[in-house]
Amino acid sequence: MKILVCVSVVPDTTTKITFKDNDTIFDKSGVQFIINPYDELALTRAIEIAETNSGSVNVITIGEADCEPVIRKALAMGANEAFRVDAQPINAMFVAHQIAHHAKDNSYDLILTGRESIDYNGGMVQGLIAEILNYPIINVVTELEYKDNKIEANRDIDGGRETVSSAMPCVVSAQKDLCEPRIPNMRGIMMARSKPLSVTEAVGESNYTQVTKYELPPSKTGVKLIDVENAESLIDILHNEEKLF
Amino acid sequence: MAVLVFAESDNGKYKKSSFEAISYGRDLADQLSTSCIAVSIGDKGPENLGQYGAHQEINVQGDVYKTFNPNTYAKTISELSSNIDGQIIILSQTYTGKSIAPLIAIKQEAALVTGIIGMANTSEGFQVKTTAFSNKAVAHIQINQAKKILSIIPNSYQVNTYDSTSEVISHNINISQEDVNTNIVKTEKEIGKIPLTEAELVISAGRGLKSAENWNLVEDLAEALGAATACSKPVSDMEWRPHSEHVGQTGITIKPNLYIAAGISGAIQHLAGVSSSKVICVINTDPEAPFFKAADYGIVGDAFDILPRLTKRISEIKG
Repeated sequence: MKILVCVSVVPDTTTKITFKDNDTIFDKSGVQFIINPYDELALTRAIEIAETNSGSVNVITIGEADCEPVIRKALAMGANEAFRVDAQPINAMFVAHQIAHHAKDNSYDLILTGRESIDYNGGMVQGLIAEILNYPIINVVTELEYKDNKIEANRDIDGGRETVSSAMPCVVSAQKDLCEPRIPNMRGIMMARSKPLSVTEAVGESNYTQVTKYELPPSKTGVKLIDVENAESLIDILHNEEKLF
Repeated sequence: MAVLVFAESDNGKYKKSSFEAISYGRDLADQLSTSCIAVSIGDKGPENLGQYGAHQEINVQGDVYKTFNPNTYAKTISELSSNIDGQIIILSQTYTGKSIAPLIAIKQEAALVTGIIGMANTSEGFQVKTTAFSNKAVAHIQINQAKKILSIIPNSYQVNTYDSTSEVISHNINISQEDVNTNIVKTEKEIGKIPLTEAELVISAGRGLKSAENWNLVEDLAEALGAATACSKPVSDMEWRPHSEHVGQTGITIKPNLYIAAGISGAIQHLAGVSSSKVICVINTDPEAPFFKAADYGIVGDAFDILPRLTKRISEIKG
């Protein structure tokens, strides 16, 4: 049982987002970077499955050298080996091609990602990898089991959930509730220092899409406070002025 | 060339976001002086899609579509787009849309952009606006590829209506059971509840409600208003409410017309999931709660007192 977990390095969830160079580049100064929370769930579940099935877990990320401390954390959580493709993750198509290229030569049984990264929120990489490799995809998964040489997963659908099974190899993306993220212990942190972290060059390029500018969403003009004695008047405003119902 | 729109349906009923996607497709087709062709798969809704802007409608039937499989749906849309020269493919960013859009992108060697919140600018090149950094920013994306797949966030484009009907063409695609690469073991739908991702009105509550037993206050208000219910992360973490109701940065992102939040302080992670709601109302005992800064209307007071009074007022108005 050989599992690959794709890890994205993202700004911490409390980060105040600002831009520089005429709003063309995300300003990383002073920003704390973390493992994308959904990828952390994917990694934890991968480690749990590998532990009970005498398997192994590799992690891969696309990023420059400054993301290595975050990758070490993935190793400290329990991944066996890490791969970093030395390039900026310019768009999802580029990232997916790097991961698929690595996976082609390493015969993984299962490839796990988060359901989306919390920086660009694309939610595309998992599907792109699956299609490039011609593997089945199970998207937005809240429960994941490996049994009888098959993957069985619960996934969110609009207004409910469904249970899906798939042969391996396949690609699965993690949603909240999949598991409790594992916190590295001291032994894990020590061991992570000597685990292999290989750096490879990117293959190909992708100029299909590019970000030309960022802006901040329009902010609210100010709250209109309603006295608690007249709380009911909120409903009248929503009905008569905002015409929401 | 044509703009192809996937009109998603569920049990013979179109999703509202499908009509938004068709209106988006029609406006884009008008801009590019081309036609907008809607594609429905399996049992479609009763509406004629011409009234939302489709010039033509293709319905694909087959036993293979009775259950959802990303590969069969993606392959169908991909082949249709090749047959009709659909240079631009538009989908609504539902769970289904998210699962199939990337597969079509690879099959068609197309550029894929998700999270789109507004009409494309085609005056110089082709640019779209998307959400980024979990709703904390907007990104302008330039697309440099002729073939494009655009995934539109539900509730971010208006539904236009047209006084016309479109011709419905049946079409067969060469797809067999062998293309089904995952099996659905079981499906559970929450009956009678409005799915949060599709809801126009949402009532949400947080730790301020003190325990799961008090949620009848939220449910009563939601029922009176015809709204969906939601909750904050701590509430879902403590299992007072199912995770499917958790809105926020690591939960569901929503943009309803109305979001009423009771007993939620408004941490930055929560705001990320709801800040693009059109009207935000906040009820909190703490006048310093950060949520008030992101709200349109606020009441400093106790949810236990206020929620039943709001419910009563709605009943009076609705008669």
